[in-house]
Amino acid sequence: MHEVSIMDQTLDIALNEATRQGASQIHRLTVRVGTLSGVVPDALRFAFDVVAKDTIAEQAKFEIETVTARCYCQNCNQDFYPEDIIFVCPHCGTLSSQVLNGKELELSSLEVS
Amino acid sequence: MCQDCGCSVTPANIRMTSENQSHHDHSHGHSHEHPHHNHSHQQIHLHQAILSKNDRLAERNRGFFAAKNLFVLNILSSPGSGKTALLERTLMELSDRLPAAVIVGDLETDNDAQRLRRSGQQAIQIMTESLCHLEAEAIAQATQKLDLTDIQLLIIENVGNLVCPAAYDLGETQRVVLLSTTEGEDKPLKYPTVFKSADVVILNKIDIAEVVGFDRDRALENIRNIAPQATILEVSARTGEGMEQWYAYLQHQVQPQPELAVH
Ligand SMILES: Nc1nc2c(ncn2[C@@H]2O[C@H](COP(=O)(O)OP(=O)(O)OP(=O)(O)O)[C@@H](O)[C@H]2O)c(=O)[nH]1
Ligand SMILES: [Zn+2]
Ligand SMILES: [Zn+2]
Ligand SMILES: [Zn+2]
Repeated sequence: MHEVSIMDQTLDIALNEATRQGASQIHRLTVRVGTLSGVVPDALRFAFDVVAKDTIAEQAKFEIETVTARCYCQNCNQDFYPEDIIFVCPHCGTLSSQVLNGKELELSSLEVS
Repeated sequence: MCQDCGCSVTPANIRMTSENQSHHDHSHGHSHEHPHHNHSHQQIHLHQAILSKNDRLAERNRGFFAAKNLFVLNILSSPGSGKTALLERTLMELSDRLPAAVIVGDLETDNDAQRLRRSGQQAIQIMTESLCHLEAEAIAQATQKLDLTDIQLLIIENVGNLVCPAAYDLGETQRVVLLSTTEGEDKPLKYPTVFKSADVVILNKIDIAEVVGFDRDRALENIRNIAPQATILEVSARTGEGMEQWYAYLQHQVQPQPELAVH
């Protein structure tokens, strides 16, 4: 249900923008979803079909770009891609709580006409 | 510079590229029979945070709270972990030490707020439209209904849910995640997002840990692995065990500490 509300807000932004640009159709919607955003991509896809119905985005292709988690290790002064949900630096074994990427939840682009 | 499309990203930045596309790789409603049609598709690059409206309102709340010198906690847990029980005891036992108020997000009943009001401190209930989490706007409204004179601590009991509330900033100073011994040691591994967002993790219902066969060491290890940034406290909201540590933590946070600004 959380995804439906998120999709609602996404579509709101998209429809507003399309209207602002004088477009009459949305052909593609691309969102970026971080693995730490708390949003489940499949649920979001499903929500899109429900929410976009009877709008100018109904026929649009809905694309999700997944953003994997990237952390910063203070000990090594460099970033790393954690292997799983425990963010342990592969170089020195320190646990990190500094997340550089992975929390994204954004509407990145639209294709309209 | 944007990683995926190379455009520069500023809030107002919207780059338009108009292109005649004769070979689409997508399928959509209109027909593409003629190979050189001049109908053009525009790419609009937005890079807009989907929850930006909530995020803006949360920042506004944060500013308001800071101006009032209020320390604000957002408490998250599964249903039944003991949020209300913890707050009941906290309000009651702190009433002569730390003036506090509570905002409770609950689905239908006013029960939680009623329970909390018995402490003599303020508690108000807000119904959540979304039913699964609180949003910054509702907090702003609820805050207007409280008399904040002399209040130093504002605690928000979020809706019992470990998923949705994690994505919504309310403008809180710190986030507290509650885990009870009846929920199992693996909860942090199953819900890493919410635990990673916690400033404090409270392990509740330690009075029944043995009875329910709770593996304390494993639970603590899991919490530390998933949320190395969090302060961990172990309490029983029922017997009161460990609560003094929690009060000490709160009083320490609430005291004005100019050089130790909270984030
Ligand atoms: N044994 C024991 N029971 C507890 C403790 N804290 C809470 N409980 C019990 O757990 C049940 C749920 O407690 P609540 O405080 O209502 O939980 P909650 O997190 O506020 O629940 P929701 O508002 O529904 O999400 C109640 O029966 C409490 O009495 C504790 O420390 N020990
Ligand atoms: Zn939800
Ligand atoms: Zn390292
Ligand atoms: Zn409750």
